[in-house]
Amino acid sequence: MAYSVKVLDHYENPRNVGSFGKEEEGVATGMVGAPACGDVMKLQIKVGKDGVIEDAKFKTYGCGSAIASSSLVTEWVKGKTIDQALDIKNTQIAEELALPPVKIHCSILAEDAIKAAVADYRKKHGEH
Amino acid sequence: MLNLPIYLDYSATTPVDPRVAEKMIPYLVEKFGNPASRSHAFGWVAEAAVEEAREEVAKLVNADPKEIVWTSGATESNNLAIKGATHFYSGKGKHLITVKTEHKAVLDTCRELERQGFEVTYLDVKEDGLLDLEAFKAALRPDTILVSVMFVNNEIGVIQPVAEIGQICRDKGIIFHVDAAQATGKVTIDLSTLKVDLMSFCAHKTYGPKGIGALYIRRKPRVRLEAQMHGGGHERGFRSGTLATHQIVGMGEAFRIAREEMDAENAHIRKLRDRLLKGLSDIDQVFVNGDMEQRVPHNLNISFAYIEGESMLMAIKDLAVSSGSACTSASLEPSYVLRALGREDELAHSSIRFTIGRFNTEEEIDYAVKLLHEKIGKLRELSPLWEMVQDGVDLSTVQWAAH
Repeated sequence: MAYSVKVLDHYENPRNVGSFGKEEEGVATGMVGAPACGDVMKLQIKVGKDGVIEDAKFKTYGCGSAIASSSLVTEWVKGKTIDQALDIKNTQIAEELALPPVKIHCSILAEDAIKAAVADYRKKHGEH
Repeated sequence: MLNLPIYLDYSATTPVDPRVAEKMIPYLVEKFGNPASRSHAFGWVAEAAVEEAREEVAKLVNADPKEIVWTSGATESNNLAIKGATHFYSGKGKHLITVKTEHKAVLDTCRELERQGFEVTYLDVKEDGLLDLEAFKAALRPDTILVSVMFVNNEIGVIQPVAEIGQICRDKGIIFHVDAAQATGKVTIDLSTLKVDLMSFCAHKTYGPKGIGALYIRRKPRVRLEAQMHGGGHERGFRSGTLATHQIVGMGEAFRIAREEMDAENAHIRKLRDRLLKGLSDIDQVFVNGDMEQRVPHNLNISFAYIEGESMLMAIKDLAVSSGSACTSASLEPSYVLRALGREDELAHSSIRFTIGRFNTEEEIDYAVKLLHEKIGKLRELSPLWEMVQDGVDLSTVQWAAH
């Protein structure tokens, strides 16, 4: 499969790989996908007291597009409020990375990962 | 000097052996005659070349040249054998048996026959990829007319018990077809002892050209087929169409070389395969798919747990290999062959197939081992599954949000 330059760049040099300490303040985790489906994304956000995402980290089991999609969203969510982060749509991810149609599900998974991380944050912090 | 990328995908196709190419070229240029032209020397020369090649193909599998019919490749041979015999013997019954790990050229042909009203049993394999003979016997019905089982599996390289299956079929008067596309030049095939009625071959997995194959059709006891390609009555009516002399000459030469060099070549390839496997044996959580004993030495199908196959392929792009991962196919389904082994889907997604061949060297294998070591660490560092397992999480107990 021919990949775009951007996918290859994120794959070769993934941004923000890793995990936060479990007990770190303001950390929330979104884990989406399933091993049986061939992709699992773990996205963690670290939210400051002002509600702004200060930092993000990811780990992904999946193809090059899945790795690139999750790497990209860690860059995009930083500096955004959690509400702004929820505005990131899979179509924007797919467009930025020039994903072919058969890889669109990778961008959907990345959007789901943001939603799951925000939901986890709200659950922990009693927001609705 | 190492040439990159290194070709380790010999089960997809092989390069044409230079000796084969050399022998083919005159039949494109000066010896271009139509082997069916009976009225002049151009035709006679071409016909003699075709018959010499037919003899070479027959010799490799210990058959009579009269039992060999040229086709365009193993897909066509499988279609002609399965549809041709099923249609001819449809008066005797309507049931066929095959195996879930067969090539699509067999499975899809069987699907087509189902649409035409025949019934097909698709047998499971054991965890090692081999057919369970007891399950096979249990699947036989009084109206079973044809059984199709491949000799060597294309994904995991396991060798099916063709001799035993053949004996059972012969005892019951059932036609037995074997897809041997991946077997020629890798295992000894003796059709004077094997109870096989129809066998499919192709040239391009055995250092011959693409676009040429053959079907073995047993004469004693005689097996009959309905032709699938109609026309000028070539190949005694089994398969019409002008013979591709240069391709046929190539297949004959490729099979001659296979017959003469198979033993030495297998020893060389086994040494390389063992070197590759040994080189990877110190990596944690690496699994070989398929039985290691009943297997051709050319194939090593390995799951690197917690690393998705396609991302692995991207990381090791200096190696030309293939993966059972869904992401390498258009269908988004992981390899149906690996799933049939009963392995978790995760391991199917994480599989890489290395197939070694005539022109690989120790230097190439050593490079592959080194590259794999480098990349596996990086990809596992990226893998949330690897992290969970290191933390002592049993992945089978996790509630995944399937999508």
